[in-house]
Amino acid sequence: MTTATTDLDRPATPPAFQEISPGRKFRNRLATVLVTGAFLVAMVPLVWVIWTVLAKGLHRVLNADWWQKSFGGLTSRNPGGGVYHAIYGTLLQGLLCAVIAVPIAIMVAVYLVEYGRRSRLAKAVTFTVDILSGVPSIVAALFLYALWVTTLGLPRSAFAVSLALVLLMIPVVVRTTEELLKIVPDELREASYALGIPKWKTIVKIVLPTAMSGIITGVMLALARVMGETAPVLVLVGYNQFINYDPFQGNMASLPLLMNSERLTTNAIGEARVWGAAVTLVLIITVFNLLGSLLSRLTAIKTK
Amino acid sequence: MSDRSSLRRPATTATSGGPRGGGVTDDEQFAEAPIPSPPSQSAAKHGRLGDRVFAGFATGAGVFMVVLIAAIGIFLLIQAIPPLADNKASFLFSRTWNADPADLNFGVLDLLLVTVFSSVFALVIAMPVSLGIALFLTQYAPRRAARPLAYLVDLLAAVPSIIYGLWGLEVLAPALSGFSVWLNENLGWIPIFADGNVSAQIGQTIFVAGIVLAVMLLPIITAVSREVFDRTPTPHLEGAIALGATKWEVIRTTVLPFGRPGYISASMLGLGRALGETIALLIILSTTTQFFGWSLFDGGDTIASKIARASAEFNDPKAAGAYVAAGLVLFALTFVVNAAARAIVAGHKEYE
Amino acid sequence: MAKRIDIKDLNLFYGSFHAVDGVTLAVPPRNVTAFIGPSGCGKSTVLRSLNRMHEVIPGARAEGQVLLDGEDIYSAAVDPVSVRRTIGMVFQRPNPFPTMSIRDNVVAGLRLAGVRDRKRLDEVAERALRGANLWAEVKDRLGKPGGGLSGGQQQRLCIARAIAVQPDVLLMDEPCSALDPISTLAIEDLIGELKKDYTIVIVTHNMQQAARVSDQTAFFNLAGVGQPGKLIEVDDTEKIFSNPSTKATEDYISGRFG
Ligand SMILES: Nc1ncnc2c1ncn2[C@@H]1O[C@H](COP(=O)(O)OP(=O)(O)OP(=O)(O)O)[C@@H](O)[C@H]1O
Ligand SMILES: [Mg+2]
Repeated sequence: MTTATTDLDRPATPPAFQEISPGRKFRNRLATVLVTGAFLVAMVPLVWVIWTVLAKGLHRVLNADWWQKSFGGLTSRNPGGGVYHAIYGTLLQGLLCAVIAVPIAIMVAVYLVEYGRRSRLAKAVTFTVDILSGVPSIVAALFLYALWVTTLGLPRSAFAVSLALVLLMIPVVVRTTEELLKIVPDELREASYALGIPKWKTIVKIVLPTAMSGIITGVMLALARVMGETAPVLVLVGYNQFINYDPFQGNMASLPLLMNSERLTTNAIGEARVWGAAVTLVLIITVFNLLGSLLSRLTAIKTK
Repeated sequence: MSDRSSLRRPATTATSGGPRGGGVTDDEQFAEAPIPSPPSQSAAKHGRLGDRVFAGFATGAGVFMVVLIAAIGIFLLIQAIPPLADNKASFLFSRTWNADPADLNFGVLDLLLVTVFSSVFALVIAMPVSLGIALFLTQYAPRRAARPLAYLVDLLAAVPSIIYGLWGLEVLAPALSGFSVWLNENLGWIPIFADGNVSAQIGQTIFVAGIVLAVMLLPIITAVSREVFDRTPTPHLEGAIALGATKWEVIRTTVLPFGRPGYISASMLGLGRALGETIALLIILSTTTQFFGWSLFDGGDTIASKIARASAEFNDPKAAGAYVAAGLVLFALTFVVNAAARAIVAGHKEYE
Repeated sequence: MAKRIDIKDLNLFYGSFHAVDGVTLAVPPRNVTAFIGPSGCGKSTVLRSLNRMHEVIPGARAEGQVLLDGEDIYSAAVDPVSVRRTIGMVFQRPNPFPTMSIRDNVVAGLRLAGVRDRKRLDEVAERALRGANLWAEVKDRLGKPGGGLSGGQQQRLCIARAIAVQPDVLLMDEPCSALDPISTLAIEDLIGELKKDYTIVIVTHNMQQAARVSDQTAFFNLAGVGQPGKLIEVDDTEKIFSNPSTKATEDYISGRFG
């Protein structure tokens, strides 16, 4: 719009384009600067947090013991040991949670998209999924405590943690699956019905496989999220320095729980344990995220 | 042609049907699914049974969700009633918290105030920044770069809150120490910057916790806002561009009005998350025996952090019940905030 | 195999909207019947009601009778799933299953009904693909996804998929409207061959196509905007195209229509 013309070679005729007033130009520039600045501001904590985690914890995890030993029998003065007991706990609790949550969530989404369609029950279900997705993890943990420990009289255990995580995972997977099922074209369902394939087989063999790649990604992301949850492990299971393989009995460590316990060890050894566990947790979350996109790429629908 | 004979066409016909025969009989197959034929055929039955069972499972899963939410409410309520009955203080209006089962004397007000105050403070910081990020990603960033850049913002959501908490306590609090003290000294006449009940210099304050919370809200608010901004109808945009509007004017006249309800709803969702955040606040905030005094340099506990702090000692059902009662308040609070967030977008069909 | 269809006083509704009014029509076996008529007159609606595909649409319902060799397909004792197994359908847009290979697409109907025998499935696949004039083009890439074929090939794949379950009747809703002239010709040839074994009903907007492939033609029309569609006349294709008995048919065929 504006050209770099000097007074001398400015044409006698009025310019072909109207000049933009300086005020408008200024506001436009300012907006650009502010908006770009906002993005850069967001990058500051991201880089800072990742840097902190690596700087404080990386040295601790570059050690074979870290991945093969627990802190069993070590006091706050013993520098060695590792977190394999907590890695086991985190993975086991996440896995148990997924095994329970994913089938339920997929069936709920199937109900909403394939069966419910605008019925009153479907509206109620959508509403409850919305509520559940807003339930704070500490409330989910309290509910499980009220159910598992107070009402059923069962001991705190890793399995109770998994159940609390189920409450947090279900709404995420329902949402993802629902969106994916909605974009499966009706033509595919019709083609299947026209072959004389019953509705349930159409759903199981045609509709769900078409959406599967996306569902897998969604599950992996949800899993990565719940494995970093701290509130449920605080309420529902005790910390254990030793490995415990049994999800139904006894205390079991997990990475967030270990971090929360060791942060009370106020010396350099405790510090290194906490941040080493942080690196490990971030690593696991990263792996699950990458695994999600890798699996979805492997299972993506191919045309060639 | 009788049904049976027509359906049981000899396989030989089929195989010798040649390329055009289309003869692809599968005897068992068709013996099972004839039409029109008596309904006693097993395939038809099987199909119907399978459909009924599967539909039953799906509907059951749906009903389970409704039951689950009801169960959460009811269980918490049942656990909360006995301690509430024995409570010597007013649960909603008392500011002291004593969950000793022998001497129940607990009120949620102070916790509630800290919860809401810190969340709102976090929201005040996160809202404008998220708006800027969402506009940057949808309107300013080059098309190719928008996705990877958005991914970076989403990464903020992948960091577990316990790491944010530790970072806040060990890194951010010392880094902000000077700034906190400066604010306190120079702007202390404004109530929220007045002397708090913990040290502004050490920084185990609502101020630091709120900033950490704000960082955690950025990806949440940005993600939803980005989506609605992206849906601004092209004709609106082109209309404004054709009038010779600058980029900012285009955004102000089309993108922002179109996206406002979505942005507000996103912010409410963020608020819901902030209210329930537990571990980061548990780590950062220092406990104090004094009441909350409306200063950013106060410490204390939110409902969630109070529950988590006490969770190791949940051995007496009555003591635990007191915390369950507080949890119920939190549940109700997040419920209202989330419902409001959904109600805001529900009125806007253009977002569908 | 090929069976006759008798439609008796069929009325079709979408909720409270009366879409098609009082159709009575006989479709003889081993014969191609074409449905023609202006857009929105209910051709697809009638066609879908012939294998109860209308039931997939919420609120859609049929009144009247559709008899397959004398048996009412709407009778309460009849499972819609087996109706569709017997009366196959090919859609306007080719819709192969995206997750399946070419071979698996063809045998999808059998496999999902529980047929496991690999050898038999392979035979069926080959026969159906030959039947759909597609074998030569795909025999070396049977394991490749169906979505990788051209539009015309995909449509023939869908026809192969439909005939692989060996229906008695084949319904086709504008099967060539998304295809180029060469693929169209290939499908028209195929229809000519399929009618030796199947009863075929085809909806088309292409008069020449109706004239070329069908033995009998049914002309549908709208009485007016918001009015239900009606069957105006049905007769041998030759007669309809040379000497129709109503003025509306003549106008429509000669392109003098509205
Ligand atoms: N799913 C539906 N819900 C409600 N009304 C419908 C639906 N499908 C079709 N209709 C209505 O029924 C009438 C007949 O539609 P139909 O699709 O059968 O017409 P058609 O003759 O096949 O038209 P075309 O040649 O354009 O395919 C139309 O008025 C249409 O609007
Ligand atoms: Mg049509």
